[in-house]
Amino acid sequence: MRALLRNSFEAISLKAIEAPYNRGHHIFATFVACATFLLIIAGALVTSNDAGLSIPDWPTSFGSFSVPVLHGGVKYEWSHRAIAGTIVLLTVSIAIWTWSIERRRWMRWLGIAALGTVIVQAILGGLTVLLFQPPWVSSAHAAVAQTFFCIAVTIAVFTGRRWVEEQPRVEFDSRKPSLFTLALLSIFVLYVQLILGAMFRHHGMSWWPHVANSVVVAFVLCWTAVRTLAVYSEIEAVRRPAILMLALLIAQLCLGFTAFITRVAWGKHSVQPELPMVISTVSHVAVGALLLATTAILAIQVWRHVPVAFEERVPQAETNASAA
Amino acid sequence: MNTKSSWMSTTIGVLALCALLLSAACSKKENTEQSTNAPTEQAAPAPAATPIDPATVATVSGTVKFDGAAPKAAKIDMSQDPACKGTNEAENVVVDSGDLANVFVYVKDGLGNRTFDVPKDPVELEQKGCQYHPHVLGVMTGQTVEIKNADQTTHNIHPTPKDNREWNESQPPSTAPLEKTFAREEIMLPVKCNQHPWMKMYVNVVKSPFFAVTDKSGKYEIKGLPPGDYTIAFVHEKLGEQDQKVTVAPKDSKTVDASFKAGMGE
Repeated sequence: MRALLRNSFEAISLKAIEAPYNRGHHIFATFVACATFLLIIAGALVTSNDAGLSIPDWPTSFGSFSVPVLHGGVKYEWSHRAIAGTIVLLTVSIAIWTWSIERRRWMRWLGIAALGTVIVQAILGGLTVLLFQPPWVSSAHAAVAQTFFCIAVTIAVFTGRRWVEEQPRVEFDSRKPSLFTLALLSIFVLYVQLILGAMFRHHGMSWWPHVANSVVVAFVLCWTAVRTLAVYSEIEAVRRPAILMLALLIAQLCLGFTAFITRVAWGKHSVQPELPMVISTVSHVAVGALLLATTAILAIQVWRHVPVAFEERVPQAETNASAA
Repeated sequence: MNTKSSWMSTTIGVLALCALLLSAACSKKENTEQSTNAPTEQAAPAPAATPIDPATVATVSGTVKFDGAAPKAAKIDMSQDPACKGTNEAENVVVDSGDLANVFVYVKDGLGNRTFDVPKDPVELEQKGCQYHPHVLGVMTGQTVEIKNADQTTHNIHPTPKDNREWNESQPPSTAPLEKTFAREEIMLPVKCNQHPWMKMYVNVVKSPFFAVTDKSGKYEIKGLPPGDYTIAFVHEKLGEQDQKVTVAPKDSKTVDASFKAGMGE
């Protein structure tokens, strides 16, 4: 005999420890996330302007740490390095701050994870320059960038008043696949899409795998959003990221089409990166980062508000004993 | 125990990445030092050149045409660097009255195991008006390419070869020429400047001195060819390659023309 046991989400450590809301910490975490988004745009500008190797050395720029003459591709590459250096300092600060004030142990480690990720990202950026942009290194640099952005956004969410102080409304999910599974699947297909797009941008792969996978991404994300809005629309914490995810998906598909036209069709014979291609491609990367971060937030909120109800097999003898 | 081992594996991973970065940085530094003092790539010492009787040598010359309406030269936007004041037209397909410039013509086959002396004089590659001059260059393996910067801006020279070693060096204004060599044969080896993304040229590295680049009137001339049967290759950066067979007798002077059409090479 089976007994349906509802797993009380309250037992999970993510919410078990009460943490006081720290406004300054939250504002700083939000600032780090916004600055990281700016860094992603700066990185996309470097790639789109074909300026990745305009400064041939690393970590110095033309043998020095001072500001070089910012002409041509150098202005994109050096600005990217300057913002990246600032982000490293901001991440060290947020990691130390989080470690010193957070009661939630997992939050302290999330700060350390952010620091580790940004260090790996800096090393990948250096390798990209020193090894002349091998596609796998440059693509890893692009993927880790968005991973770091997601971590920065989640730190901002976890330090927010809403997360810290709310009593979450919980509805158990007994459907298959569960909404949480769908949200994780959405993150997975977005990561695959991110890597395929980066490999194309860095000349390691043709454009068609990225375009073909966009159909899969659209299907999985629509499924996730429709399930969320159809069944759990009353839970604001999951409804809002689901709507945003859907809106970003539509925008991203339009931008992807525009980027394809300007880069692959029109830009095939261009002698230099042209403005329509740069704008559409950079926007495509930026909205892609927002889409991945929004999907990660949706997954986290689904985990919190729509936990999976699971059936646990109870031995027959125990069931009989309790019945008696 | 688990925490300790995960810390150890994380530390080892970070150290491994640091070591990789350090080794890449060190090799880069070595390369840079090497390039400023000596040629980048030293070809293996060449065996003694096979003697050629100057009394019997032949000449192959001709004109390369572009068949059809000439494509309009693409405009270059140099506004991102005020120091760039060159002609703002791309040189990827240069056609004048049906004559096609910048075609690399070389003896692809027929020289057998002959070896040739590498010229001691360097070939010159100049960056002027934020464009490369010449746009297409021929050089023998091991021959020095002297790279000059005549602009009042910094360029970087970045060959992206398939068979030779890749390098990327900056060259500020009014600095000494860079001296480079290429060790292996490679046709249409792209060279670009990442600071000025429209700047692109092609180096062609061959083992024999029998090559030429078509001028603005589409003409080329290959002198000093020993009598024999040869395959002459005509290579254009966008329009691809055409091969033609030719037999030259002693003191012969043969004309071998070629023609490219729009859309070839795609």
